[in-house]
Amino acid sequence: MGLVLVLNNLALSIKNLKYAYPDGHQALFGVDLDLAFGSRLALLGPNGAGKTTLVLHLNGIIETISGSVEVAGIPVEKKNMKEVRRRVGIVFQDPDDQLFMPTVYDDVAFGPLNLGLSEAEVKKRVEVALEKVKMQEFADRPPHHLSFGQRRRVAVATVLAMEPDILVLDEPSSNLDPASRRELSEILLALDVTLFMVTHDIPYALEICPEAAILNGGKIVARGSTRELLANNELMSANRLELPFGMHLDHIPHN
Amino acid sequence: MAGRHGSGVDAFYVEGITPLHNLASQIKIIAAFLFVLILVLTPANWFLAFAFYTALVVSLILYIRVPWKLVRTRLLLEIPFVVFALFLPIFGLPPKIDVLGISLSEAGLLAGWNILAKATLGVLTTVILSSTTKPKDFLLGLERLKVPALLVQIAGFMIRYTVVVADEVRRMAVARESRCFEAKGPKSWKILAQGLGVLFIRSYERGERVHLAMLSRGFSGRMPIANTQVVSARDWAFGLLLPVSGLAILFWGWFWY
Repeated sequence: MGLVLVLNNLALSIKNLKYAYPDGHQALFGVDLDLAFGSRLALLGPNGAGKTTLVLHLNGIIETISGSVEVAGIPVEKKNMKEVRRRVGIVFQDPDDQLFMPTVYDDVAFGPLNLGLSEAEVKKRVEVALEKVKMQEFADRPPHHLSFGQRRRVAVATVLAMEPDILVLDEPSSNLDPASRRELSEILLALDVTLFMVTHDIPYALEICPEAAILNGGKIVARGSTRELLANNELMSANRLELPFGMHLDHIPHN
Repeated sequence: MAGRHGSGVDAFYVEGITPLHNLASQIKIIAAFLFVLILVLTPANWFLAFAFYTALVVSLILYIRVPWKLVRTRLLLEIPFVVFALFLPIFGLPPKIDVLGISLSEAGLLAGWNILAKATLGVLTTVILSSTTKPKDFLLGLERLKVPALLVQIAGFMIRYTVVVADEVRRMAVARESRCFEAKGPKSWKILAQGLGVLFIRSYERGERVHLAMLSRGFSGRMPIANTQVVSARDWAFGLLLPVSGLAILFWGWFWY
């Protein structure tokens, strides 16, 4: 019983996850990572560290071959796939990949409809999700008429509408202008959901996630409070991570 | 998102060191084209001539050392024609003859054979061409043969962007599946069709962006190419061996039949 309770406290549990692509290129060399419900974790790492490969394991797009991935205590495997994909919402880096329906409304409704919910329930979910990202007025607009920042927010809504346990964001701040960046961080901070954010935008990670882990060479090389990790110059430079030009940790307020 | 990308479209090219690999591409294109023309000109009932053609093509494939498994895979291209060829004897006009208890049209049988033999040999010829010529050399060959530059460029962009578009298709599929979409049954067709439409618009828009990027680097309608390969009469003689042998077979058939 105790064990079950412990498992249920974890939104995500990854144990010794290894993965090599069919062409032999190994991307993950034994990743261990836990994430408690309600926490917000930033996964930092340089290009080619295996971040994307790890994310695609979380909802079974890449099949777990060695090691294990559990979402809310449910193993990510074929027979649980629908449940897993409902619980893990991934917002991909390019909103254009995610938005392919004629209108914003249809796009946000896409996931809930796939879950087989009633029309009324779908409508409610779409409204709530769009409200959370402050895009209610745009429901009837086609996605390609929106600005990039707006499209990113709609992409977040498409996933929120599935009421996931974990929201996974792949480089959420990329290509956003400063105002859109701030708007998105306000939205994300207001959400009551477990957040797993993959990024190399370090100020953004610090702003949104109290906790961080560093992935490099297909392994988690560090895990701890985001500010402490960032203050460790040796660790940072060993993993090709750095603050943007002219920025210093002391300039970033504690939240 | 990074991930692994698809392999390039040099995929048809088979690494090799035969003189055919090194031959200037315009010679190979002309040779292949002429040989296919000869195939088409050969009357369907010159069966022995087709046997000679087959021997010619097969020995060439052995010469360039393309694995047979690969040849077989590329022959799949032919399937629609084969299906059509198989229908002809069944629905062809009388007189009918009995083959294994099935009544088949004589004219239809011959027409079916005609398509089957010529398509197979034609595809094998293009396999030889594509296995020994890199796509970029192929385009260069077309350019040297004075094919309109616009057509060559379109073909070039198709080769360049196939991988990009395939990547886009894959990413869209991942995003769909991540929201519990299953591609099965007529209910999913609408979604898939919409995806296709979006892909079409995006490719069109990408085309526009690429064009703008080209213009801003001084593009004025012609691709700058460095043309340095020297082609000798011997090269032409070597390359035209195939169509000349074909022509010899065609003339032999002329007298024989």
